[in-house]
Amino acid sequence: MDIVISEISKSYGEKIVLDGFSTVIPKNKMTFIMGPSGCGKTTLINILMGLIQKDKGIVSGVPSHKSAVFQEDRLCESFNAISNVRLVCDSKVKTDEIILHLKKTGLQDNILKPVKELSGGMKRRVAVVRAVLAKSDIILMDEPFKGLDDNTKEKTMQYVAENTKNKTVIIVTHDIDEARSLGGKIINMGSLDSVPYNNYDPSIDG
Amino acid sequence: MMSSTILNRNRIEKLASAAFALIVWQISAMLIGESLFIVTPIAVVKRLFSLFTEADFFTSIGYSFLRIVAGFLIGLIAGSLMAAVAGKFHLAEIMFRPFIATIKSVPVASFIILCLIWLSMGTLSSFISFLMVLPIIYSNILQGIKSTDKKLLEMAEVFRVGLFRRIVFIYLPQLKPYLISACSVAMGLAWKSGIAAEVIGVTNGSIGEKLYEAKIYYTTADLFAWTLIIVVLSIGFEKLFLYLIKKFYAGLERL
Repeated sequence: MDIVISEISKSYGEKIVLDGFSTVIPKNKMTFIMGPSGCGKTTLINILMGLIQKDKGIVSGVPSHKSAVFQEDRLCESFNAISNVRLVCDSKVKTDEIILHLKKTGLQDNILKPVKELSGGMKRRVAVVRAVLAKSDIILMDEPFKGLDDNTKEKTMQYVAENTKNKTVIIVTHDIDEARSLGGKIINMGSLDSVPYNNYDPSIDG
Repeated sequence: MMSSTILNRNRIEKLASAAFALIVWQISAMLIGESLFIVTPIAVVKRLFSLFTEADFFTSIGYSFLRIVAGFLIGLIAGSLMAAVAGKFHLAEIMFRPFIATIKSVPVASFIILCLIWLSMGTLSSFISFLMVLPIIYSNILQGIKSTDKKLLEMAEVFRVGLFRRIVFIYLPQLKPYLISACSVAMGLAWKSGIAAEVIGVTNGSIGEKLYEAKIYYTTADLFAWTLIIVVLSIGFEKLFLYLIKKFYAGLERL
């Protein structure tokens, strides 16, 4: 079932962040949410995560098993990368598999160090692997490639593309190139229209 | 290089200040010249050595140590559990408030006398230590639970992380500084109040009884020697316990 967002509004005090916003997010595909700063991208994704309540409107079809890359890394700082990923995985996921995934994003020697000793980019990749490996039907990512240099960004994007096939993935981004190279539906919140991309059938947005 | 020089300097400063205090003590005791009021540090050390050979020396230490430490540990466990419940249910926090406030504000001597009526001698010092430890552990741990990173808890919520993993990966690491400072304060208080209870209750075979005897027979050297033993036991146990907490955390972080 697609995720249908209809006429949702959210304001913080006087400040209106979302005002009757509607869209459809297709199931088992990648969708990009774009738009200028302050247009409500993070608010929208937080509503989908269930972290904040909308004031008005209806959201339907959000699976209950979610995983996420938050705007901040939100890692358990005194634990290493493997433990951070294991925290959210079920027991079937073995340590070797976690290590393999971390290595795919270019994390090699530092996976046994407490994550507080890692650089910002490394932490980001741990957060991405955590979201990908957790058992979920939808992955919500808020600027997952933020702070990565070009080389690791490409590697991490490729990792996400390969490991989230046939899953509903929502990515908030500022970078149109990320959307172009990964491919999927683009929702531009700035102009409140949806832009189809990469052979994606626009009719679904009705 | 730089830090090791500073470390050495700190050590020299500490030794110098301790030596200075001992000299001041020795000279003032010699000037006063009355061992009933104040004994010289040398006399205390002599008395300490003669205490080692007395039959009931180690049994008195064992008696008080076991009871006070038991009181501390029960206070630690009960305080932590109460804090966990109060952290989860605000109603519980409100219900605990009058009890915690009472324990905090009533003078320990009043509790000791009340407990002399309620309890047997054997459990008196344990209970008083427990009572003094409980509110410190409770307040600190509760504060720690309340200041747990909300964003990490949200993360756990989104990923549907179970309670056990939340405790191990989120709560315990965040509680570390609160736990260490609470234990360090509570431990000192457990010893002071536990021994006070033994003195007031004149508990048979305890360190408190020895202090009481020193008061009755005006043996000031005994008072000083036993006081020194209490301080060493208290600091020694505190160091050992904090070392174990740090070991526990090191093990936890390797999970």
